[in-house]
Amino acid sequence: MAYTNKVIDHFENPKNVGSLDKNQKNVGTGLVGAPECGDVMKLQVEIDEKTGIIKDAKFKTFGCGSAIASSSLATEWVKGKTIEQALAIKNTEIVEELSLPPIKIHCSVLAEDAIKAAIGDYLKKRA
Amino acid sequence: MKLPIYLDNQATTQVDPDVLQTMLPYFTQIYGNAASRNHEFGWTAEAAVEKARAQVGRLIGASDKEIIFTSGATESNNLAIMGAAEMYKEKGRHIVTSAIEHKSVLDTCEHLEKSGYTVTFLPVDRYGQVSVDSVRQAIRPDTILVSIMTANNEIGTINPVAEIGALCHDMGVIFHTDAVQAAGKFPLDVEKMKIDLLSLTAHKIYGPKGVAALYVRRRNPRVRLAPIMHGGGHERGMRSGTLNVPGIVGFGKACELAMKYMDAEVPRLRRLRDKLWDGIRAGLDEIYLNGHPTDHLPNNLNVSFAFVEGESLMMGMKELAVSSGSACTSASLEVSYVLRALGVGEDLAHTSIRFGLGRFTTEEEIDFAIEKIVTTVKKLRDLSPLYEMVKEGVDLKSVQWTAH
Repeated sequence: MAYTNKVIDHFENPKNVGSLDKNQKNVGTGLVGAPECGDVMKLQVEIDEKTGIIKDAKFKTFGCGSAIASSSLATEWVKGKTIEQALAIKNTEIVEELSLPPIKIHCSVLAEDAIKAAIGDYLKKRA
Repeated sequence: MKLPIYLDNQATTQVDPDVLQTMLPYFTQIYGNAASRNHEFGWTAEAAVEKARAQVGRLIGASDKEIIFTSGATESNNLAIMGAAEMYKEKGRHIVTSAIEHKSVLDTCEHLEKSGYTVTFLPVDRYGQVSVDSVRQAIRPDTILVSIMTANNEIGTINPVAEIGALCHDMGVIFHTDAVQAAGKFPLDVEKMKIDLLSLTAHKIYGPKGVAALYVRRRNPRVRLAPIMHGGGHERGMRSGTLNVPGIVGFGKACELAMKYMDAEVPRLRRLRDKLWDGIRAGLDEIYLNGHPTDHLPNNLNVSFAFVEGESLMMGMKELAVSSGSACTSASLEVSYVLRALGVGEDLAHTSIRFGLGRFTTEEEIDFAIEKIVTTVKKLRDLSPLYEMVKEGVDLKSVQWTAH
């Protein structure tokens, strides 16, 4: 698989790898994918409860190079954004940024799902 | 040491420099058509082909007259199965094979199913072996052919071919074996093993690509095949087409060298392979061997590195040229059908890597590979949510995953 330099760079130097305390009230955790499918993404966001701005984001991903790159990019993009702005991120933007080949588009879909799941978890905790 | 390191010798091998030297004159000096019976150019080319035919035969205990040259093992497997199916269709239309054969066997059998043949695809055990009993039970009065590979290309498991051959011989069924991976790795003898048809190819044994052979038994019993290509009636009428003389000469030399080196090379490969496995095992937990623990090719190692996806692992250790059973490395996005047939879970199949050692693999390369594998797996496990969950005591089977 011939990947672009951006994918390779995110793969070799992934941004925001790690875990936040999932028990904190202002941390939302999204876990999407399945081991049988070869992709599992865990994406976490830490949100400033007053402003609704995402202060920090972390990820861990089991998956191919483009899955790792997509989730690394997703954490970069959500940081500093409001919840609404983060929810507006589309998988097609990830595809474009990383120039993912058609066979890898599902990785970007998974990253979008992970963002939505993480924010959804945060909102559920607040409700 | 030169990087990247080639550890994909089940895919193909480097041409041995001695093989190349033997081939070179046949491009520019002895370039005749081996079928030209009227001049010196043709005679010398034919003599070279006949010498190679004997060299190929010797590797498997066959006579030169029983070797048919083809363009590749895919053609050899097609000719064996299609040719026997067509020739013996009056006797019956049932074929027995296994679930983990090479695609050139499986797809050919599936093609025959569409034209009125019945095929039994035997399951394998968890090590990838076909049992002799399962073959016995599958054979029916209308069975005309059994095709079981000598050794598997992904997991290196060796089948009880001699026992299956004896059984087929007793029951009067033609026995074909795809010995592409086994050739040169242990002694093969078509007489002792009662093999009627055997496929082998040059490029897996340090010869050139594009040339292969099919052994076709001439007596006890005499096996006949209907041709799948039509033309000048070359190769005893079974395979028409101008012979690839330089390729055949190289194939012959490769077989000669395979025999010459076997006694020294096989223990050397086994020792390096075992060193690789021991090194990986010493450095990592949660790893699983795919394939038979003992009935195994000396140069193959197939390992699942749980919680690390295969394609990302290959990206992380790009200094090593290996292959993976992961779906992400295949165009179809499906995991290896061989691993699935062994009962390896899809989760572990995604994490599998095949290492294939060869004649030019050095100890230094294996030392480098061990270090690279261990550090890359550790790095990717730090990135793996699954490894983190398992270390926290989560049972992954109890998690509600969102399949996509």
